[in-house]
Amino acid sequence: MPEDAVVVVPAVWAVLAGVILCGLAFFAVALDAVLSARAQGVGGGWVTPLSRTARLLRQRRRKTVAADTLLWRVGGVGMFIGAFLMVAVIPLGKWTLADLDVGVVWFNAVDVVVWALVWLVGWGANSTHSLVGGYRFLAHGVAYELPLMFALAAPAIAAGSLAAGEVAAAQEGLWFVVWMPAAFVIFLIGVMGFSVWGPFAPALSADIAGGVRAELSAVDRLIFQAGRYMFLAAGAAFSVPLFLGGGAGPWLPGWAWVLVKALAVLTVLVWLRRKVPLARPDRFMEIGWGILLPAAVVQDLVVSLIVVWGG
Amino acid sequence: MVIGIAFWVLAGVAVAAGAAVFVVDSMARATYALAVSFIAVGLQILLLQQSYLGLITILMMVMEMAVMAVYMVMFMGMNPALMPMDMTHGKKTAIGASVGVFVLLAGGALLIPWPTRRGGPPEDLTHALGLEIMGEKMLVMAVVGPVMVATIVAGVVLAAHRTRYDRLGDDLRRRPADDPQSGGVGR
Repeated sequence: MPEDAVVVVPAVWAVLAGVILCGLAFFAVALDAVLSARAQGVGGGWVTPLSRTARLLRQRRRKTVAADTLLWRVGGVGMFIGAFLMVAVIPLGKWTLADLDVGVVWFNAVDVVVWALVWLVGWGANSTHSLVGGYRFLAHGVAYELPLMFALAAPAIAAGSLAAGEVAAAQEGLWFVVWMPAAFVIFLIGVMGFSVWGPFAPALSADIAGGVRAELSAVDRLIFQAGRYMFLAAGAAFSVPLFLGGGAGPWLPGWAWVLVKALAVLTVLVWLRRKVPLARPDRFMEIGWGILLPAAVVQDLVVSLIVVWGG
Repeated sequence: MVIGIAFWVLAGVAVAAGAAVFVVDSMARATYALAVSFIAVGLQILLLQQSYLGLITILMMVMEMAVMAVYMVMFMGMNPALMPMDMTHGKKTAIGASVGVFVLLAGGALLIPWPTRRGGPPEDLTHALGLEIMGEKMLVMAVVGPVMVATIVAGVVLAAHRTRYDRLGDDLRRRPADDPQSGGVGR
């Protein structure tokens, strides 16, 4: 294990980390809007995040009868805060906010909290459609979470450490994505899962009037939506130390490579939304447990064998 | 000092949220009050610098509570999800038992001659914990794992009212299987 894999920066730099995360999320919203506009044969879309934010901030809050306001708000605010917690352990080049010795488990714990948060948003409104959305999300969660956990184990086994910085440092010469492609793909599926994104959007789909966010309005809707995009960005950024060699790369400094790689992964995830069909929760269950989970376990076995025999 | 204050604040939150489980009148609130209690305990374990155990506690318990909320709402006969409910029943027995257990445990904690610490904590706690669980006790773990999986599978098989004969026909040759709900692979 290299001693100085990462340097812990003072807590005040958390502001910069938050700004970067918001920037990535802004990019994701804008890119999605641009792709939408292009699909409809018109241009523009890059200022959509601003106009949408402005519209939601001006909107009046909608109320529902007998809503469980406490749980409803906790869910929305939690989605907004969760992604910030997630990026705390991602090293930006050689700097990190928290060099937690179990960073990978931290990431996992935060993404599991999303289970509770999305369901709470669905529950709180006291509306049938949003509760159905919450159930759909949990059904997806049961299917994607275990493969995701086993996929997270692969880089940790190879690096012999659960710290994100050391996992990144262990990839000198050969990135983990090269010999753990299955784990990488399953990880990205998991990221789309806990961001309620792409194939995992049935919880928010139009056939149940918007699902979880059916009754969300104004600032509540803003922070829930922002939280989703920030989770997507944070998940994409976490794939960099786990699978894509961290800050490794020619010419540019480490921090720039981390951002470039995170942007690239994020772009792919945003682009995938209109390329992959929605996954019905009941059907995806069999894909998750019948295909993804065995694939992740085999991947872990292969990695373990290589680590044990290859040294 | 700061850690001490944080510890006691978290302890207060854990106890208060635990008590809230029996005070609130909604199934969802009761479940997530319990989740908050567990999270506070998990954070306390983090304060003890057992990062892995603390985070795993939070991870497992939040997941468990998220699923439990669904089942509680689904299976409770009086549909307490939609009308105010009371989490308590058999109150006298329950209060007696819990006061008794509390006195026993608190008395034990206060009266027992605690051993003094021998040695210091190891450098890498997570690594040491892994060795402790998986080193000498590997055989136990290797046996317990399959037994637990077998128990779960057997439990589901016994509980499910449809058998393989319902799915695959009397001679088990029907393809594709006749399922009330289609899966995602191959059908």
